[in-house]
Amino acid sequence: MSLSMQDHNDQRSGQQAVRPAARALSLGGMFRKNPGDLIFENVTRFFAFIVLALVVLMVYEMTVQSWPSIQHFGFSFVSSSDWDPVNDLYGALPFIYGTLFSSLGALLLAVPLSVGVAIFLSEIAPGWLEQPLSMLVELLAAIPSIVYGLFGIFVMVPWLQTDIQPFLIEEFGWMPLFEGAPYGFGMLAAILILTIMILPIITSISRDVMRAIPDTQREAAMALGATRWEAIRIVLTGSKSGILSAALLGLGRAVGETMAVTMVIGNSADISISVLNPAHTMASVLANEFAEATSQLYVSSLIEIALLLFVMTLILNAIARGIVWRITKRYGAVAA
Amino acid sequence: MYDIMQQPLKRSSMSSTQTAEEKISVATDMETAPRMEALRLNAWYGKTQALFNVSLEIPRNKVLAIIGPSGCGKSTFLRSLNRMHEEVGGRIDGRILLDGEDIMDNDPVFLRRKVGMVFQKPNPFPTMTVAQNVVAGLKLNGMRDRKELARITEENLRRVALWDEVKDALNKPGSSLSGGQQQRLCIARTLAVEPEVILMDEPASALDPISTMKIEELIDELKKKYTIVIVTHNMQQAARISDYTAFFYMGKLIEVGKTSKIFTKPAHRQTEDYVTGSFG
Repeated sequence: MSLSMQDHNDQRSGQQAVRPAARALSLGGMFRKNPGDLIFENVTRFFAFIVLALVVLMVYEMTVQSWPSIQHFGFSFVSSSDWDPVNDLYGALPFIYGTLFSSLGALLLAVPLSVGVAIFLSEIAPGWLEQPLSMLVELLAAIPSIVYGLFGIFVMVPWLQTDIQPFLIEEFGWMPLFEGAPYGFGMLAAILILTIMILPIITSISRDVMRAIPDTQREAAMALGATRWEAIRIVLTGSKSGILSAALLGLGRAVGETMAVTMVIGNSADISISVLNPAHTMASVLANEFAEATSQLYVSSLIEIALLLFVMTLILNAIARGIVWRITKRYGAVAA
Repeated sequence: MYDIMQQPLKRSSMSSTQTAEEKISVATDMETAPRMEALRLNAWYGKTQALFNVSLEIPRNKVLAIIGPSGCGKSTFLRSLNRMHEEVGGRIDGRILLDGEDIMDNDPVFLRRKVGMVFQKPNPFPTMTVAQNVVAGLKLNGMRDRKELARITEENLRRVALWDEVKDALNKPGSSLSGGQQQRLCIARTLAVEPEVILMDEPASALDPISTMKIEELIDELKKKYTIVIVTHNMQQAARISDYTAFFYMGKLIEVGKTSKIFTKPAHRQTEDYVTGSFG
C-alpha cells in the first residue's frame, strides 16, 4: 500500500517535471500557457471576432449597395423631401423626420411615466407588490412587436379615431400640433404604441440605477430631516445620468422599431407638424417598400436609409452604454 | 428593575443627598434635566424584539457611550432616538422624551433636525460638492441665501477641523475626500443643521487610527455645545471620550453610570465581564 502510494507520487512528480518543458516546447517558449487553454482562448477570440466582422461587413455591404444613391443624390438625399419612385427621385427627409418625431414624442411621454413607475418600484412599493409588478413591466418587453401592432390596429386606432382625436381637434384644434382630420392611423398612434413599447426598458434600467444607490444615501438624507420626497430627490440626483442613459436606450429602440409602427402610422411620405396626420419612419418605409423596389436606384436609396438608421441607433446605443458604464464605475454596482 | 438600573446615573448626575421632591424641581431646570429620556422602551424588527423595557436618561451636554456585544440592541436604541428605526419597518413601544416632550407627538422630519445622526460608514452625497454637502440639510429646510450658505459652510468645516484641508477642494465631489475626511464632512453636515443632540453609530469603526483620533478629539470639542450619544464597539474609545456609559446586553439595559465607574467598579457581573474582555 505504502509502496504503491510512493509509486504514484513519483509518477506525479515525474509528470510535473516534464510538463513545463513540453509547454515551453509547444509554444516556442513565447507564452507560458497550457495548450488546452490556448486553443480555448483562440476559439473564443474567433467567436468574438465574428461579431465584430459581422458589424463591419454590414456597414461595408450597406455602403457599397447604397453607393449609387449616395453618388446620385449626395447630401440632398437627407435634405430633400421628394420621395417619388415613379420618377426615380428619392429624398429621405420625410422618413428621418418621421423617425425623429415619433421617437422623441414617445420618449417625451415614456420618460416621466417610466421614471414614475421606477420610483414606485424602487423606493415606495412594499416587497410583495414590487416583485410581481416588476415582472409585469418586464413582460411588456417580451410581447412581440406584431402583437403590439395588432393591438394598435384593432383597439387603439379605432379608439383614437372615435374618441381621442375628435376631442383633441375640438379642444386643441387651434394648435398646429392637433390640426387635421381624425384618421386614427397616423403619428399619434405611432407615438402611443412606441411609448408603451419603450416603457419597460426605461423603467427597468431606471429602477436598477436607483437601486444601485446605497441605502446609506437615503438614510443620510432622512437623518438631515428630509421628507420622503426629498430623500427620493437625492436618489434621483444620484441616478440622473443612469436615467438619461435608460432614456437613450429607449430612444434607440423607438428609432429602430418597425413592425408595430408600420402597422399604425399610416405610411405617407409627408412632413407634417400635426400628430393627426399619417406619416412614415425610416424603418416603416423599408418594411413597406423593399419588396416593390424595382429600379436599382430605388433599392440603393432604401439601403442608404437602412445605413442611416443603423448609424443612428449605433451612436445612440454607444452613448447610452457609455453613461451606464461610467455610473457603474462610480458606484461599483451593476446598473444595467 | 427599572429603578435599580437607573440608580448609578441618578447618583452620579445629582448630589447623593437628593430627595424625590428635589428631583422634580431639578427636572424642570433646563441646566441639569436630561436632554432626552427613554421610558420603558421596547423595539421590534418584524417579529423579533430588539429592545426590552429600556429606560435611560441622556444627560445634557455630555457624551453618553453605549457599549455591548453585537446584536445587543445598541444601534436599535440609537436609531429609535431619531425615529430612523421606523423607516426600516421597525416598531417601538414606550416613550422617548426630548426636552420633556414626547418625540412621537411631532413629525419625524422636525425631530431629525434637532436630533442629528452620524453613520458608521461615511456617506457624503457623491453628486454634491464638498460645500454642497455641508449645507445639504439647510437647503432641504429652504435656505437659499448664498452668502449665508458660504459662511455656514466655512464655519462648520472649521468646527470639524476640515477647513484647512479642503478649502481648495470645496467644489470637488464629496466622495473625492479620504475616508476620515468624509466622516468629518458628514459631521459638519450634521452640525450645519444646528441640532441639539448628535447620535453617532460607530462613527470611527471604518476609519484608520489617525482619523479615529481626530474624530475623538472632535467629539470632545463638540460636547461643550451638544449632547452626544455614541454607539461604539471599541471599549477604549468609550473610556476615552464618554462621560457616561450604558451597557446593553441581549436587548436589555444592564447598567448605566459614570464611565469611570462602569470601567472600574461596575455593579453588575455581566458588565464587568464585558468591559474586562471576558466575553463579547
